[in-house]
Amino acid sequence: MGTKTLVVIGNGMVGHKLLATLIERGEAMRWNIVTFCEEPRHAYDRVYLSSFFAGKSAQDLSLLPTPTFYEDHGITVHLGDKAIAVDRQHQVVTSAQGRTIPYDELVLATGSYPFVPPVPGKDATGTFVYRTIEDLEGMMAHAKTSKVGVVIGGGLLGLECASALKNMGLETHVVEFAPRLMAVQLDDGGGAMLKRKIEALGVKVHLNKNTTEIVKTPEGRIQKMVFADKSELPTDMIVFSAGIRPRDELPKEIGLTMGARGGVVVDDHCRTSDPHIFAIGEVALYKERIYGLVAPGYHMATVVADQLAGTSAPATFTGFDMSTKLKLLGVDVGSFGDAMGATPGCHVIGFSDSRAETYKKLVLSADKKTLLGGILVGDASAYGQLHQFMLNQVVMPAEPEALILPSSSGKPAGMGVECLPDAATICSCLNVTKGTICAAIDADNLTEVGQVKACTKAGTGCGSCVTLVKDLIKDTLKKKGITVTNHLCEHFRHSRQELYHLVRVQKIHTFDALLAQHGHGEGCEICKPAIASILASAWNEHVLKGPHRPLQDTNDRYLANIQRDGTYSVVPRVPAGEITPHQLIVLGQVASKYNLYTKITGGQRVDLFGARLEQLPPIWEELLAAGFESGHAYGKALRTVKSCVGSTWCRYGVQDSVAFAIEIENRYKGLRSPHKLKSAVSGCARECAEAQSKDFGIIATEKGYNLYVCGNGGMKPQHALLLASDLDGPTLLKYTDRFLMFYIRTADRLERTATWFNKLEGGLDYLKAVVIDDSLGLGAELEAEMQHIVDTYQDEWRTTVENPEARRHFRAFINSDAADPTVVMVSERGQVRPATWDEKASTLTTASI
Amino acid sequence: MSTWHPLCALSDIPANSGVAALVDGTQVAVVRTVDRTGREAIYALANFDPFSKAMVISRGIVGSKGDTPFIASPIYKQRFDLRSGACLDDASVSLPTFPVKIEGGRVAVQA
Repeated sequence: MGTKTLVVIGNGMVGHKLLATLIERGEAMRWNIVTFCEEPRHAYDRVYLSSFFAGKSAQDLSLLPTPTFYEDHGITVHLGDKAIAVDRQHQVVTSAQGRTIPYDELVLATGSYPFVPPVPGKDATGTFVYRTIEDLEGMMAHAKTSKVGVVIGGGLLGLECASALKNMGLETHVVEFAPRLMAVQLDDGGGAMLKRKIEALGVKVHLNKNTTEIVKTPEGRIQKMVFADKSELPTDMIVFSAGIRPRDELPKEIGLTMGARGGVVVDDHCRTSDPHIFAIGEVALYKERIYGLVAPGYHMATVVADQLAGTSAPATFTGFDMSTKLKLLGVDVGSFGDAMGATPGCHVIGFSDSRAETYKKLVLSADKKTLLGGILVGDASAYGQLHQFMLNQVVMPAEPEALILPSSSGKPAGMGVECLPDAATICSCLNVTKGTICAAIDADNLTEVGQVKACTKAGTGCGSCVTLVKDLIKDTLKKKGITVTNHLCEHFRHSRQELYHLVRVQKIHTFDALLAQHGHGEGCEICKPAIASILASAWNEHVLKGPHRPLQDTNDRYLANIQRDGTYSVVPRVPAGEITPHQLIVLGQVASKYNLYTKITGGQRVDLFGARLEQLPPIWEELLAAGFESGHAYGKALRTVKSCVGSTWCRYGVQDSVAFAIEIENRYKGLRSPHKLKSAVSGCARECAEAQSKDFGIIATEKGYNLYVCGNGGMKPQHALLLASDLDGPTLLKYTDRFLMFYIRTADRLERTATWFNKLEGGLDYLKAVVIDDSLGLGAELEAEMQHIVDTYQDEWRTTVENPEARRHFRAFINSDAADPTVVMVSERGQVRPATWDEKASTLTTASI
Repeated sequence: MSTWHPLCALSDIPANSGVAALVDGTQVAVVRTVDRTGREAIYALANFDPFSKAMVISRGIVGSKGDTPFIASPIYKQRFDLRSGACLDDASVSLPTFPVKIEGGRVAVQA
């Protein structure tokens, strides 16, 4: 701990950035750091606040890499305590809870608060602002008894908030004082296209509306809004998002130089009029301007970190590029540089397409050589590139309109990421240059965005540069002579998705036919199982039917899971984990008879280990007789639908989760997919079945079921996302049919739903549109495909056991009935385990190996 | 000197897959390939997978890398050239191979 004390007031995103920067540079050791945080929790990601509604928890949003991050680095945090006074003469901070902390340097990072216009009735029950997790919790609680929600303010944050209201199932309205949406970032054309698009999504937009009163019921709840033009809008809930104001009470009180309309004035080093007090983020006023985005706030934090560290060439803050790209209600919007075309003599190129619902505009310099700014609505895929062209003053081609025309008209040569200089800042949130990213890709042969994020931190802020990072990966690898293709393998110059399509459309039923028509060579260990899986997903023939058998990986070929010693494990299906005492006894008897090691699985089943090839059919004969069927633990297929005990027994349960899980497991059992599929049903919000870690998970509510998708446990845990709420059983199955078949159609080989989702352009909104709104018009087709799978289900083990020809393949040796002598078991904790190599070597003769 | 051991009918081995045989106490993986032009070939190599130390090679997937026919171990997926036994993924590893022939529709191996 250092000898000098630094006090940081405020632990929002920017306050945290300062602390994290000091820790990273080893400055946390030199300083005794104390921070005050008025909110009851540490810094969290306000940029992704709306994901809280999609099921993210406060913990998910936390910016701290570990809960004890500050403590581990000797930083004292006073949560839920607010700094209320500063004695500048004696350099002491006093808090609401009576703490007095003397400081050497003080940083104000108090942020801002949402502006609430002084309208009569603004305090009615049901009015909210959109800033903290507590605000969101209040909104969620109130939404439960509401039908209509209104956002006052059609700016960036207001539209984000409208998205949240819509996701909560409310009839959503946006009321804006100005004549267009996002008046700061968009021109009339862009605003109009945005309005058209979000109205098509069911959000009603009211422009030129000045709210004069909020009328309350006698109980104090909101009844309706009244506007200056005498029109009215009945509503149950109102969220104010009419701009922000700096939280500047404290600096004002202690006499720091303030702006005329608030904000504490700072210089190029973010120093206030007191040399020992700095201000960063949305409380700071630089050249008459408050910077209400996270990236400039982060930059201010590094500027102050330089001052505190005494860096010899400290960074300065001299304004910030406020360009922005984001997705509002699923609509891509980008605005950069001189978006309005305010530069004298500039030229404007516009492209508007009401069929595709896109609006694009470029502003060129008077000499037409450089890009000054632009607007993109509906399709902002060119944003990263155009923004970089502007920042780096890249000379424009003769026909710059090609940069915004639909891609079918082709991109002009030489205008990709390769024409950016190495010094170009790709990630402005974390200040990472093209040179740094390319060097990392080159040095470590990175091929995925995730790896680049981990190595360079690029793309971990607002995420708008991720497409650019992708392009850089492709470009860098291309220069190294490595081509990145999505071809399945050397035998098929097609992606899995393309092959799936070919199989379906051309009604191809065998690997050999597909290879003959679309492949090369003889196939391999990559394409054979992948295509066997595609054939099974499409036609659902038995995986061991003649031509399919040699394609299968060993697990599918012997309908069991191979273990390290070459023996197999057997997992009978136990739908939803419900098992009779008799079945449990049979499992025990079979395990005893064949000397199998038994273990309870994570999916509420029993795994029997150590079966030799020739033992599998007789084992299954006994299991089938007791009513068991194949559990498909060996397949890239539906595994298990885990369940809690549900309302039948549990005093908290609200639905019969066991019965529903059994129904789901029986519906999808045997379904082959790009990778394994796991599911669970929880009978109440306590979530004992851990449905949110599954590929598709169901949580019962008072009104029905919530459907979560694309979760994952395992190596890279990921929470599932809420796809739809309060569904009845048949609707839930309909959505699940569509979701699973859409995944099976479009995923790569061995790609779990979580990874597939992370690559899905358009994310959750897109998936909702496809599954719920049937935006691709595929709903009926996907349902029919799934129904075919359900109708043609067969128990693979029953078919195999009953077929003498199929049983012939379960022999250790083609020329002998002997058992494999190299399978050796030893005893451990009352059961068997495979002998280690050393143990085996002492008992086997060299001839047998 | 090694003798020829008759094993099974060629048709007992499904096209493009392997079976294990026990030949004087030695485990041999016998692999039958039928390429896309219909040309038959038969190979015999050790059933012992040096990477997993398990007797599993015969249960691997058969395929081609360029013109090289191979079988991939079902445990950790290393590929072995069916003709020479050489591991395609680790030049320091190679499987023993055995002479094998088809005569009158029956397969025999020399060990």
